[in-house]
Amino acid sequence: MDAGRFERIVLPHLDAAFNLARWLVRNQQDAQDIVQEACLRAFKFFGGFQGGDARSWLLKIVRNTSYSFLEKNRPASLAEEFDEKVHVSEMPEPDAEAVLVRSVETRMLREALDELPVRFREIIVLRELEGLSYKEIAELTEIPIGTVMSSLARGRERLRESLLRARGKEGLRGVR
Amino acid sequence: MACDDNARLIHGYIDGELDLVRSLEIEEHVKTCPDCAQELWNQQTLRKAFRSANLYERAPEGLEAKIRASLPRESKVVPLERRRALQWLAVAAAIAVVLFTTFRVLPSLIGRPESSAVMAEEIVTSHIRSLQPGHLVDVQSTDQHTVKPWFNGKVDFSPPVKDFAEEGFPLVGGRLDYLDHRNVAALVYQRAKHIINVYVWPEESKAARAPRSISSQGYNMIFWQAGGMYFCAVSDLNTRELQQFVDLLQK
Repeated sequence: MDAGRFERIVLPHLDAAFNLARWLVRNQQDAQDIVQEACLRAFKFFGGFQGGDARSWLLKIVRNTSYSFLEKNRPASLAEEFDEKVHVSEMPEPDAEAVLVRSVETRMLREALDELPVRFREIIVLRELEGLSYKEIAELTEIPIGTVMSSLARGRERLRESLLRARGKEGLRGVR
Repeated sequence: MACDDNARLIHGYIDGELDLVRSLEIEEHVKTCPDCAQELWNQQTLRKAFRSANLYERAPEGLEAKIRASLPRESKVVPLERRRALQWLAVAAAIAVVLFTTFRVLPSLIGRPESSAVMAEEIVTSHIRSLQPGHLVDVQSTDQHTVKPWFNGKVDFSPPVKDFAEEGFPLVGGRLDYLDHRNVAALVYQRAKHIINVYVWPEESKAARAPRSISSQGYNMIFWQAGGMYFCAVSDLNTRELQQFVDLLQK
């Protein structure tokens, strides 16, 4: 077991690992523990790594470790609704053109993302933050590529609705 | 709604995942369909929000070291492994001494007494960390016209990037880094075998200050301020040549 080779090839993707874990479990400390555990597992299985995309390989292990953690500690967060049907948004906005504000604060976007059901959030994080392609996301999450696109559409729609609600609460409805 | 299919495809379109034919079809469609045009605009706005929000969560300081330490190593130590372990010991000792000396040595650096000492220590740590394999650059290019635009959308300022290969300080690339709770740009240069990191971040007060130079554990740092940005060049290169380099940057 060559720790040096593992460090060279896998550890550069530590940020990606932590980013995914944190967005899945929504807690910094838990994410750290998960990443540590995932790395130990990855090291154990490193003999079977044939080369190729080390980032996706590590992320798959992080993902599995995170979901195991959620099943054990926060099963409720996994039971959230995951409806894939997509429709053009039917938010009852008085002026169809003034639907979304231009500047969305980081805090609001962070909260809206945290509120999404975990499977939507995961796909959005992999796409928007990690920049994975649909194909990479499909392989990582083991869902069909068409479902990746639908889930992204649905997840983004829910994000928008959540942001509009938050913005509305702060008294800025109808701002272009 | 009639356009449910297109609603899905719009996402494929903005993610650059549609083939050419479908992309053109979508572009034509939104010209005549106000609902889909609205949806396209909505999604592009959301994308811009993501870019400027920068929600990427990097691994906290120390996690990597913790993980390295926890990896099981062979009991029969190969010379390379031992050397690496000793290097890490040396780095840890260096950091400990830096921590110890900077709090006594740098009280009034840059007019921000409490934070500047911490900042210098952070910079040395960050510099050392960048020297580890795979950590030096996020974008590797000697072309300033590749490195400078790379920072667009990743930091909310535009760092000045120039190449000084002719003067013996070639540009190696750029890197996104994190100092004092904010995103900073790191421009990476080289002088012979020495790596120079130039950290750049925007600074509130616009008054230009004279450069200050400090040394810590064999690493030299020069701080200066210009054009609304703070700079720090750090390297194990000697002060004379580092100052030469900084003079080039300040032209």
